Amino acid sequence: MHDFHVGIEHITRVEGHGNIIIDVKEGKIRELRMDIVESPRFFEAMALGRSYKEVAHITSRICGICAVTHTTTSIKAIESALGFEPSIQTIKLRKLLLNAEFIQSHILHVYFLTAPDFFRVSSVFGMVKDNKETVLRGMRLKSLANELCALVGGRHIHPITLKIGCFSKNPEQKDLIAFKEKIIKARPEIEKTVEFFRNLKTPEFERETEYVSLTCPDEYALYDGNIKSSDNGETKPADYLDKVKEFMVRHATAKHAKANRDSYMVGALARFNNNYEHLHPRAKEVAEEMGLKHPCYNPYMNNIAQVVETVHCFEDSISLIDDLLSNGLQDEKAELTPKAGRGVGATEAPRGTLYHEHKLDENGKITYGNYVIPTGQNLANIENDLKSLVPKILNKQKDDIILDIEMLVRAYDPCISCATHLMKVEFVNE
Amino acid sequence: MTKPRVAFFSFSSCEGCQLVVLTIEEQLLELVKLIDIVSFREAMSEKSDEYDIAFVEGSITRTSEIERLKTIRETAKTVIALGACATIGGINCLKNQFEMNKVKDIVYGEMADNYDTIPARPIEAVIKVDYRIQGCPIDKDEFIEVTKAILIGKKPRIPDYPVCVECQMKENVCLFEKGMVCLGPVTRAGCKAICPTYNDGCVGCRGLIDDPNLSSHKNLLSEHGLTVDEAISQYMMFGGNSKEKYK
Repeated sequence: MHDFHVGIEHITRVEGHGNIIIDVKEGKIRELRMDIVESPRFFEAMALGRSYKEVAHITSRICGICAVTHTTTSIKAIESALGFEPSIQTIKLRKLLLNAEFIQSHILHVYFLTAPDFFRVSSVFGMVKDNKETVLRGMRLKSLANELCALVGGRHIHPITLKIGCFSKNPEQKDLIAFKEKIIKARPEIEKTVEFFRNLKTPEFERETEYVSLTCPDEYALYDGNIKSSDNGETKPADYLDKVKEFMVRHATAKHAKANRDSYMVGALARFNNNYEHLHPRAKEVAEEMGLKHPCYNPYMNNIAQVVETVHCFEDSISLIDDLLSNGLQDEKAELTPKAGRGVGATEAPRGTLYHEHKLDENGKITYGNYVIPTGQNLANIENDLKSLVPKILNKQKDDIILDIEMLVRAYDPCISCATHLMKVEFVNE
Repeated sequence: MTKPRVAFFSFSSCEGCQLVVLTIEEQLLELVKLIDIVSFREAMSEKSDEYDIAFVEGSITRTSEIERLKTIRETAKTVIALGACATIGGINCLKNQFEMNKVKDIVYGEMADNYDTIPARPIEAVIKVDYRIQGCPIDKDEFIEVTKAILIGKKPRIPDYPVCVECQMKENVCLFEKGMVCLGPVTRAGCKAICPTYNDGCVGCRGLIDDPNLSSHKNLLSEHGLTVDEAISQYMMFGGNSKEKYK
């Protein structure tokens, strides 16, 4: 197919509103872009003038799927501005809650948003007829993760207990003990998940790019760490603007970003590539079983990296619960004193590295906010992938070309509402 | 009997309320036996422009959204506002404290002129709404109850008593007694007092009850160290569509 025009309006099974426009003439791409048409929400302006204590209520609402990560990152930025160090117990509870969010987000993505493509059905409801047990397994695993979110955070969308300083209420020890047993009982379900995704045929395509994620010397970095680029080493979170260069493009309402090259990738595959050695041993085995080799340059394999991380997060949660129980949970109270300052929080969200920056005045009122969102960071890289992919698949039928393109975009698990907390509005009239 | 055709739409929001709908999980499979979901972009590829019941999430923040919302109203027999952004404006309205040009300037600087945004408003400021499911996010049990009632043609029962009633039923110690502040006394119940139960003050995400005693509540807040402006600022966090009603 040498000439074709693709205009996919409001690509489905992603979070938020985006369009894909591709024009090919005589086998050459004349135009290729992913339009982001999500509404602007102006989060940077919302928190201005409010107390540092209120800001996480607001920034949590950037995203329903990764509200735990937004809240965590916001809190870390404020704590850094106040010069406050949370206790080891609080950090472990935050890590446990973050693991729960990773599991629920990854399971939602791989089972409900990605898997229907492999069966050529329009939604997970279409998979029920022939693959009911698979769908139910996805639901059970997601429910289990939701339950862990609720156990630690009070609820899974817009967590309640996650506060600056410490948790407003600790989970009950008996509930943690019971939950650990549930994870252990769920291991066969996780094994079946691995088996299911091992048997799906991921499209073959490679394009090496710059991979950016947090990194830690002694663990698989999700909660904290330095910013690592596969190209050129590490940067401290406070200096994130030295690494992450945001820029605007005419066709998108979300900011794009670049680091060392003209685009980079964040998310599960970037973390897998940058921090492979710190994965749980079982997660490494699972990667091998599913044909995910380190390093991997096939962006479609981001789905598989998410399954690997799901296994990691389940196993890591067992260790965290053991640690928390062995020390016994103490009720905590944090003494916070407002003061002027600047703070940056960097956390891995399921879709990649998330940055929140805040400045406070001497009364603890917010005077500045900046939020850099994983999906925004991936947009330029998605377009570069598509530019490399499309010429290689022009011999396929149009429907197959469209499916390959949509699957590539979905593999990044884009979360467009998040990315367009600020945006440039331009309507595309095709 | 033909199944009612149900569509989900989202405007400016985090899409968290639609996500709550997806978390009803196994019950969702039961629910789809009773209805045809014809549009749910977050979860499926198929879409249709014919539907009987529309669930609408998000606030209206752009001129173009007004027309889209009116079309939904003209098409659907029943429109249900889903969550705080749609029912009371939600946190989107926090930007309304500034002139829109100022908001654009804060975020975009010299590129401000390229952006279209209008003061955020709940969908009811634009169209007639038949039912409201409150909260940020919505409560999944309330979603199921309201949906069931609509499907069998009954009026859903929405609480018109404050969060305090549910909080007391849970035998929680009142947060004011712990020296904290809480919007529970004036906020519509239905959330099972989830925030106070987890030792965090109610932030009013479900909006005011029909006849709130605001002056008495403001006195209570001032006894706990808040100025009148700070008290109003608390009400405005989620219910910021109209400052006048809090005075």
